Amino acid sequence: MDVGRGSGRDDVVEYEPVIGLEIHVQLSTRTKMFCGCELSFGEPPNTRTCPVCLGLPGALPVANAKAIHFGLMIGMALESELAPRSIFHRKNYFYPDLPKGYQISQYDEPLCRGGRLADVRVHRVHLEEDAAKLVHVGESGRIHASDASIVDFNRGGTPLAEIVTEPDVRSAEQAGEWLRLLRVTLGRLGVSDVNMEEGSLRCDANISVRPAGSDEMGTKTELKNMNSFRFIERGIKAEVIRQEKLLARGEKVVQETLHFDPSSGRITTLRSKEEAHDYRYFPEPDLVPIAVSEEMLDTARASMPELPLARAERFEHDPSYMLDTEVAKTLAFRTDLGDFLELRRPESPDEARVRANLIINELAPRVGTDVPLADSMVTPDAVVTISGALMRKEISIGGARQAFDILVEEGGDADAIIEREGLMSAEGGDELAAVVEAAIAANEDAAQKIKAGNPKAIGPIVGYVMRETQGRADGGEVTRLVHEQLGV
Amino acid sequence: MVDATGPYELIALSAAAAARAIAAGEIDPTELIGAYRARAMADELNCFTWVAPERGPGSGGDIAAGSSPAPGESPLPGTPLGGVPLAVKDLFCTAGVPSQSGSRILEGYEPPYTATAVARLQGAGATLLGKTNQDEFAMGSSNENSAFGPVLNPWDRARVPGGSSGGSAAAVAAGLAPWAVGTDTGGSIRQPAAMCGIVGLKPTYGAVSRYGMIAFASSLDQAGPLTRNVTDAALMLRHMIGRDERDATSLRFPEQIELPRADRLDGVRLGVPAELSSEGIETGVLERFHSALALAQELGATINTDVMLPHAPHGLAAYYVIAPAEASSNLARFDGVRYGLRAGDGQDLVGMYTRTRHDGFGPEVKRRIMLGTYALSAGYYDAYYGRAQRVRTKIVEDFRAAFEEVDFIVSPTTPGVAFELGEKTTDPWSMYLNDALTVPMSLAGIPAISIPCGLSGSSEGKGPVGRGLPVGLQIAGPAFSENRLLDAAYALEQAIGFDSTAAHV
Repeated sequence: MDVGRGSGRDDVVEYEPVIGLEIHVQLSTRTKMFCGCELSFGEPPNTRTCPVCLGLPGALPVANAKAIHFGLMIGMALESELAPRSIFHRKNYFYPDLPKGYQISQYDEPLCRGGRLADVRVHRVHLEEDAAKLVHVGESGRIHASDASIVDFNRGGTPLAEIVTEPDVRSAEQAGEWLRLLRVTLGRLGVSDVNMEEGSLRCDANISVRPAGSDEMGTKTELKNMNSFRFIERGIKAEVIRQEKLLARGEKVVQETLHFDPSSGRITTLRSKEEAHDYRYFPEPDLVPIAVSEEMLDTARASMPELPLARAERFEHDPSYMLDTEVAKTLAFRTDLGDFLELRRPESPDEARVRANLIINELAPRVGTDVPLADSMVTPDAVVTISGALMRKEISIGGARQAFDILVEEGGDADAIIEREGLMSAEGGDELAAVVEAAIAANEDAAQKIKAGNPKAIGPIVGYVMRETQGRADGGEVTRLVHEQLGV
Repeated sequence: MVDATGPYELIALSAAAAARAIAAGEIDPTELIGAYRARAMADELNCFTWVAPERGPGSGGDIAAGSSPAPGESPLPGTPLGGVPLAVKDLFCTAGVPSQSGSRILEGYEPPYTATAVARLQGAGATLLGKTNQDEFAMGSSNENSAFGPVLNPWDRARVPGGSSGGSAAAVAAGLAPWAVGTDTGGSIRQPAAMCGIVGLKPTYGAVSRYGMIAFASSLDQAGPLTRNVTDAALMLRHMIGRDERDATSLRFPEQIELPRADRLDGVRLGVPAELSSEGIETGVLERFHSALALAQELGATINTDVMLPHAPHGLAAYYVIAPAEASSNLARFDGVRYGLRAGDGQDLVGMYTRTRHDGFGPEVKRRIMLGTYALSAGYYDAYYGRAQRVRTKIVEDFRAAFEEVDFIVSPTTPGVAFELGEKTTDPWSMYLNDALTVPMSLAGIPAISIPCGLSGSSEGKGPVGRGLPVGLQIAGPAFSENRLLDAAYALEQAIGFDSTAAHV
């Protein structure tokens, strides 16, 4: 637990942030939450609309079965209690992005209650519809002081799952880390694109601070709609500091809804408690209750993949992997990396480790994140070949890197590329010894420093050897030879 | 054989008779439509808000095929309804045809789609004759709350036709349409049917899709027929019912609707709960009601006056919380941005919203929006909406218990006959009392029919002077009992022998 240390000034009182998160997840169903319109991916404005999602008089909503299915999967992933019967409510308020004058959401009978993901408890998960998109024309880019606002109803009615946590988060960093875990979990479930920049994952944070060790809750503020992990962490940090300063000065935190401007780092008020809406929730009479049948539960259960946390555990503890915690997590949290590793069974935990490192450090950076590894030019067999050659010291890591450079561009058989490009390791023995000798001769200063007891001075000598051997020499072997020849 | 050589003979045909005559090749649907169109165009009762042009959109047709055969183009030969013209309450969305729900706020609104109930009737061969006047957003019991002005009762033009489906009821009673579709939220089909001397049926909630009905109170709104006789009501209902994928609350009706044939009521147990047949009911209405009960006994029915609906007297209060609460939310979408009236252009957003709603909604609608908003407010929800829902549950239980004892519950449809225009406009509560006998069935979601059971007193107005004013008999049954209900209503209708064409103009 990361206990806040005030704002870094010499306060006597130390404060502890108490943070709860509300995450809106756009579900990647084919159609909208309550009508047959297909979801929009950048189509021209107002082309994915119908009488229902435009709120035309007489139109009625019908709940999307797939969205309910996805909601159940999320509940299962978060170990929630799944309600056998839940209902939709109307949340009434006027806003231009809400054509009916109310949002269909869930209120006191949500689809999922309780649950947990890693170190944060989940309060509830419910389904609702997204609002339309407002574009504010003018300098401010916000509704206040804009010249005009135009509405694109393509997004209106997109299914959302809202995940509400308990106030278990104690720092901005923890919030960021937990949200990353949530994101990979949802991504793995396949229920959402989880793309924060495009708004398919949005986060609000309820923030309060209290004297460290206290059990009482301070007055909270709500920080709205942050759309990147970086902004969330910065926003929470800024708000925590703001509240700590207020309290340190003996002032009070006012309950209000806030906006964090990432470009200026400033926090401004969206609306005060007095301006809070009375949403006049009441059961949506146009819809029937969601009755979750055994069949729906079975279908959801059958759709559950291995979740990232479980996979990381397995990579760490399964006797055929036994990977380091961080490596295991990296592979599990980037599904395509984990999948790529698992396409070929490891021959031994050592081989698994070597191959995992190659995938994480060499292959993934070269392929980038635009395409999953499995869709790159590089085959799993090529990586197996290179890891084997590395383990047998037939090639050096430098040679392996050159092989990856080529494989990523051209694909093909790794053995053939190693052969064709002459990437086989410069063996130990005479050939390499001669190169090392020449390197020492060319770097007298460095040699002297090593002899004088500064092992870090070896850099230029190794660099010389690598240039001469086009990177094929094994770094460890070079170091050993240098030390041997210098007698240290 | 039908000898229909002139327009008067055509108009004299009930809808079912007209459909049969068309199928038999005895009459030309084009002539039938033309005759009604001429009458609707000459309407002096303000029944219609729009009448279909001779050719053009909305004049009928096969919605599924996207074509709209105009009158005169032999509409849909071989369909069950063969082109019989249909009047449709304004609040049903009809593609390309004005649909304003009697409100100024939807001025000029022509929806891009047609309500399922209307589309089904058109699919069965009904031809859209016109849109009928109504209380604004179906809020009213006299049709005086319409942006198009009041509708006059053809029995006495100084009197209201009832509401909210007042235009539909008056059009059918006056012979301006063979039949009409209306909607009933707390009595809006049954009450005007009773006041205009015709048949009105509110089906089981969910039997008819609400898709495309401009909503008043979603948990209560239900479409149904307003017709000259029970057979027509059955025929129209047959072509309206059914599960609709676009309405999550619609239900598959467990059986086909049959045309009624019963001429006896042997063994039928009629319940007459004191709660619906004593207090606040006009003497003339009670007289006709008791005569009808006597007739029912002659037909073999037994009368049970011990059956009770103890919570029914609270129905009206519960209704006037639940319906406005839902309405306050349903009517939030009318903001002047996307369709209908926009007032206050040039003001800021809230100014435009406010001006539009100020100018667009009439006083009764505003009253109910305020009532409903208040009832749903934080801190008041439990005391009003929550309690009203509990009353509703009690009323459902009352009916369930009653139907253990009896087959149907019967009562007068309304406490009084058609009242004079302006008589109750200044006293909302006396207006609301009109629904006292119809609201309990709405809250319970059960089917109920109103049939004319005679005339009460005499009228001094401008209509068929001296004959008195129609009284309605309400018969209610358990959910999905429509076939039995129609049979019982038919048997009584034959025995009563009311002439529902008596007020034809």
